[in-house]
Amino acid sequence: MALTLKHLFRRLVTTQYPERKLATSRRIRGQQFVWRSDLCTACATCAKACPHGIIRLRTSKGGDNRYVMDSMEFDIGRCMFCGLCVEACPYNALFMGRSYEEAKYSRKLLWADRETLMDPAIEPSAYWHPELEERIPKQTLLVYGQTHQEPPKKTHD
Amino acid sequence: MNAWDYFVNLLPNVRSSFVEWLQGLHLASSLIVFLDSLIGIILILLIVFPVVMAFIWLERRFIARMQLRPGPNRCGPFGFFQPVADAVKVLTKEFIMPAKGDRLVHWVAPILMFFAALMVFAVFPIGAGPKGAFSDLNIGILYVVAIGSLGVIGIFMAGWASNNKYSLIGAVRGVAQLISYEVPMVLAIVGVILIVGSLQMGEIVGKQTIPYILLQPLGFLIYFIGALTEINRSPMDLIEADSELTAGYFTEYSGMKFAMFYLGEYINALAVSIIVTTLFLSGWKGPFLPMWFWFTLKVFGVFMFILWMRATLVRLRIDQVMAFSWKGLLPLALINVFITAAEVLAWDSWMPGWESFPWPFVFVNLAIAVVLIVLWAKLFFKPGGGRIEAGGLRDRYSQGYGVNPQAPVS
Amino acid sequence: MELKTQPFVLNVGPQHPSTHGVFRMKVLLDGEVVVDLEPVFGYLHRGIEKLAEGRTYTQNIPFTDRFDYLASMMNNLAYVLAVEKLARIEVPERGQYLRVVMAELMRISRHLMAVGFLTNDLGAMMTPLLYMWREREKVLDLFDMVCGQRLTYNYMRIGGVSQDIPPEFLPAVDRFVAEMPRFIDEYDQLLATNEVVLARLKGVGILPADLAINCSCSGPVLRASGVKWDIRKADPYCGYDRFDFEVPTGTVGDVYDRYRVRIEEMRQSVRILEQALRQLPPGEVCAKVPSLLRPPKGEAYARIEASTGELGFYLVSDGSIAPYRFRVRSPELLNLTVLREISRGWKIADLIVIFGSIDVAMGEVDR
Repeated sequence: MALTLKHLFRRLVTTQYPERKLATSRRIRGQQFVWRSDLCTACATCAKACPHGIIRLRTSKGGDNRYVMDSMEFDIGRCMFCGLCVEACPYNALFMGRSYEEAKYSRKLLWADRETLMDPAIEPSAYWHPELEERIPKQTLLVYGQTHQEPPKKTHD
Repeated sequence: MNAWDYFVNLLPNVRSSFVEWLQGLHLASSLIVFLDSLIGIILILLIVFPVVMAFIWLERRFIARMQLRPGPNRCGPFGFFQPVADAVKVLTKEFIMPAKGDRLVHWVAPILMFFAALMVFAVFPIGAGPKGAFSDLNIGILYVVAIGSLGVIGIFMAGWASNNKYSLIGAVRGVAQLISYEVPMVLAIVGVILIVGSLQMGEIVGKQTIPYILLQPLGFLIYFIGALTEINRSPMDLIEADSELTAGYFTEYSGMKFAMFYLGEYINALAVSIIVTTLFLSGWKGPFLPMWFWFTLKVFGVFMFILWMRATLVRLRIDQVMAFSWKGLLPLALINVFITAAEVLAWDSWMPGWESFPWPFVFVNLAIAVVLIVLWAKLFFKPGGGRIEAGGLRDRYSQGYGVNPQAPVS
Repeated sequence: MELKTQPFVLNVGPQHPSTHGVFRMKVLLDGEVVVDLEPVFGYLHRGIEKLAEGRTYTQNIPFTDRFDYLASMMNNLAYVLAVEKLARIEVPERGQYLRVVMAELMRISRHLMAVGFLTNDLGAMMTPLLYMWREREKVLDLFDMVCGQRLTYNYMRIGGVSQDIPPEFLPAVDRFVAEMPRFIDEYDQLLATNEVVLARLKGVGILPADLAINCSCSGPVLRASGVKWDIRKADPYCGYDRFDFEVPTGTVGDVYDRYRVRIEEMRQSVRILEQALRQLPPGEVCAKVPSLLRPPKGEAYARIEASTGELGFYLVSDGSIAPYRFRVRSPELLNLTVLREISRGWKIADLIVIFGSIDVAMGEVDR
């Protein structure tokens, strides 16, 4: 009983979501994908690596002996965010996103097509891309008692 | 009386002033009695319902704080309106009634429990004087015990009418537990009554120069444990054990009927806190500050202790609960009655002025209590008892009572 | 005079607040006493073993996460060890040490959860459970830092682990390991000194040692009955023979012993963690393995000491990119088979506690 009484006076460990959020891991395998069309060669290695066959590509032969990606779709509704596609890409053209709040109101909206994949607003995560790690803020760790993300300090740019 | 004295004993004085005003109007005396009772009932309801709402709020925030989380904080500042939100939700839900359940019994059960819980408030003294309680019966505490047992019938009716094995198990456990704890509880109260010499609750508070928790530590413990069981609170909340029986006897209830059970539980908790305060913690007495302030403080203190126990302690099993009552609390309560009777006799015969210096008896009683508790703990606390030997089961059920008729019961 | 009673069947159904997962028990009760019990499971069967035959060895790794979803990396590890045995792949040192670190952190988190849910089943509101979850949150944050997910990690790969740890992992783990013994002592004190807990747990659900061995129990359930069998000592994998730790055993085999064994195992896990973190060598974390691995024809069985018992994977390869047969030796299913024997004669309340002490996560039982 003394234990519970002691805990009455300790700091709370919960986060008042959604007003305050935790800073996620830098390598979070979020619910979005980022696709760099300049690096991609439409080799379809990612599609072969996916355990569920979520990635659908349609390519055609362009000039100069290269493939042209006609359409590329990810079924985010069936994806399990394992990251095998990101690991498989030989040209490092695929990234995972950082968001975890991607619930939509209808199942049709859960397909990510080219525009969504190339959307510049999506932040790529550093999963399998260690060069991105410095740009992403550090994770809040409960081991250090941090329960929410401190607002970013204003830098003079 | 001056303004401060009026304020100190506010509610009874308001009622007395109202009665004097009515008498000034020269109405028929039976009408005066009727209106007086009406205002008394309204005052009780005005006290009970907000305090119960406060209890619900306090429970969720306090227990949550002990679990390192904030508790409800969205409905209003600090979640104050959370009980209101709960009430609105519960009022707008559909009444689900199991098809094969007994309709009349299903309806009557929550009403019975709710009103049994409310009726007890008639005798609680909130302030001094003849209007201190709604009606300061001279059999006050006996009335409390008698009406308190009516709630048991409500619980059993609820379990039976739900046509559900879980509810039935919960109800049967509940009746067994509640009945077994009545006896030591009443005997613990008898100890206090012996010292006071009267059943009237106003008198009991009036005679406490020192709180009786000091003079009757064993009685306090026995009463407190018995009362916790009567209000189905941890560590004996096994009839609504969420992790075992879904919700026990009120599994099949929803809507306002559930609300009556839910509120009835908290009203019971409030009643028990008030009884403990009145009998053992000297009610509304206290220096300097108004009487109702001390009363509220003590009642809330007792309730917070109950909450603390709920957040911490694990549940007992039903056979352990019964064994504890019949083999542990009942003998201790009887011994307590004998010792108190002996002391009262001694005081009346040889030491008539004992009230002015009761401290030696405090220590004597405390020592006796400690010795008895240690002795009883050693005597019958045998962990892990309770397995019924599989051999006996095999013999009794060897006729193929297995759940799978094809599989042999081996 | 014989009291005439009639037993009745109570269905502790798949939706129940305290069965850990979708598990159904048809219980024959005589009053409050459990006379007979028939477990019904399969509500979470997803056919993973069949699905795995159509996917390559690397693609199967996320599927193995979903077995015992509360301790995913253990499943990953057992599977990957089986594939490495089949294809005769050597894992670099750093990869082995990282695997040990993750496995022990996983074991701590799983045992915290088991002990926490015990107290929840016993009836303490949720207070001790939430304290233990606070520690588990710290572990999950660490995993998040390494591989980006908090529940289904997909961290082990054939030939090692998938990525190296970031630089802020080591200070955080050191801090966690330094704080943890104090918390384990707190939780130990909660169980061991509370009279009511002792009265509820001691002597309940005794599993005799010979029955445990005959029913192929393993893990804390077996060790609590007095049998000192731990695969980390008996058949070491991943270099566990480099570390110095003890195997806690119980004496009686009741529910209390199972929980003591779990708490002691947490302490030993902390000990292994300290040693592993100190000895972490630099180097590669994963061997070079072709992405479409074709192991030679044959079969292999690899087993690890998962937090609930001996988790084994039996793989048969026919030389192609996908396994021919993928079979899981599920410890929780085998531990669950003794439920009937050890709970007969006890009351409903004890039944729930006994079931909780076997510590199932239904994903493993049903696959």
